[in-house]
Parts: sequence; C-alpha cells; structure tokens
Amino acid sequence: MITTFADPFDALLSLQRELESRFASDWLEGTTTSRGPFPPINVFQQGDDILALMELPGIDKNELQIQAKANTVRISGKKSVDYSNDVSVHRRERVSGDFDRTLSLPIQVDPDRIKAEYRDGLLALFLPRAESDKPRSIKLK
Amino acid sequence: MTNPAISDIGSMVMPTRQELQVQQKRELEKKEESMIPARVFLPTADIYETNDALNVVLEMPGVDKNSVDIRVEDGVLKIEGRLDFSKYQGLQPLYTEYNVGHYSRSFRLSSKIDQNKIAAELNDGVLSLVLPKVEEAKPRTIQVK
Repeated sequence: MITTFADPFDALLSLQRELESRFASDWLEGTTTSRGPFPPINVFQQGDDILALMELPGIDKNELQIQAKANTVRISGKKSVDYSNDVSVHRRERVSGDFDRTLSLPIQVDPDRIKAEYRDGLLALFLPRAESDKPRSIKLK
Repeated sequence: MTNPAISDIGSMVMPTRQELQVQQKRELEKKEESMIPARVFLPTADIYETNDALNVVLEMPGVDKNSVDIRVEDGVLKIEGRLDFSKYQGLQPLYTEYNVGHYSRSFRLSSKIDQNKIAAELNDGVLSLVLPKVEEAKPRTIQVK
C-alpha cells in the first residue's frame, strides 16, 4: 500500500502561513481579541456609539454571520473567489477562505439595536452604547 | 486506500481549513507628483483567461459605481477608483488597522485585445473587466486532412 501526501510543499507552505499569521495577528496584545486578524477593522466613535468598518469585497451576504453579546462582536464567514475550471489563471492576488474574528469593545452595546450594512464591499457595524452603560448625571439637591 | 494513522497525524498538524490572511495594501508608486492630498493604493487583482477573453478582477472596497474611471490610452488600460472621504468626516478614530485611499492600477494591453469591446461591472467592491480577444487571437482547432 502506498500512501501519498497531497503535496509536501503545499503542506509546508500552509504551515509557514499559519506561523506567520500568528505573528501578524494581535492575539498577544491588549487591543482586540481575535482568532484571526482577518478582516482588518477600523473602529470609530460617533458620539456615544461606535462604528466599526471592515473591508470585505465580494462577500456573499448569506455567508456572513454577525453575533453580538454585551461588549463583544463576532464576525465570521467565508470569502470565496471562484472561477470556472476551464480558465487559465495568470495572476492571483485576491485571497479566499474562512474568517472568524471577535472584537472586544470598551463599552457595553445594546445587541438589539445593532445595525449592520454591507455596501460596495464595506461592512459597517453600528454599535449603539447600551442605555445602562451610559453615564448618568446626578442632580445636586 | 489511505493509511489511517498517517492521515490522522496529518489532520492534527495541518488545519483542514485555511485561515484568511490580511493583505498589506500596496501603495501606488507614482511616476509624477500628485495634486490630490490622498493616498493611492493598488487594488488586488486577479487575471484569468478564457477562450475568447481575458478577465481582470479588481478589489476596490468602498468605491461605488459612479466613482470608477476606466480608460484605454496608448494601449494602456487604466482603472481608477475614487473613495468618498466625506463619509469619514465627523468620525473619531479609536482603533485602526487599515488605511483608506483611492485606487489606481494600469495594465498594458497586448494587440490581441479588442480595445473597443472592453466591458466592466462593479459588484460589492469587486470590479470585473472583460477584455475580449480579437478574432485572430482566439484558439481554433486545425483539422488534419
């Protein structure tokens, strides 16, 4: 019986990629918790609320899941780049694969009021601060 | 017929699915000085060939249909995507991982491309260009007599 590995170079290359992605990810830093650094994210403040923007060009909306709880938001899904088999590819720069990222926020969000919008390859998450988390002013008697 | 012991080890060491990598955006190296105070990035591109056309697929997240400019000049196909920065006004950045800017990329076309029939489509930040080949460049089968 002969066992053949699919491609030893391919296996080595994906190991290399995995190791490099550990370097590239920020899992040792206190910024955001994540399982993977994809997709890159920009976080903005809009008054009391938070706006998170992600570049995800060419995603099927049905392949995208967004979950939220208290102060974490999880974005997971699949980015696929498919061409039919009978074409010859000259250049391949676009990446495809699964992604799963969890974002820790400095505030408590109201999960019911979160809005997600996907337009022109940009995913925008409107994360409203929970009423219970907002500071209250105390009147002096 | 595979050896189960070996394939088990393989699946332990190697992840079955590949985790997506973050691609560093490449900035356009300009030959001339620019008058616009904004960064210009190279959109990531895939090029593939079918029997009758060459297809170029470019990723330009954040660019809408009206902000794309595609030109063919002196045999060079130039694609420009302008980003609407007004959306970012009034936003205070808390944490950033990527830079935003315009997109620009040029491709030199060979004479095998029919430059008058180039078609483009923009969907979810992905611009697909179809560059049809001229008739004489299309593959044909030659019958053996």
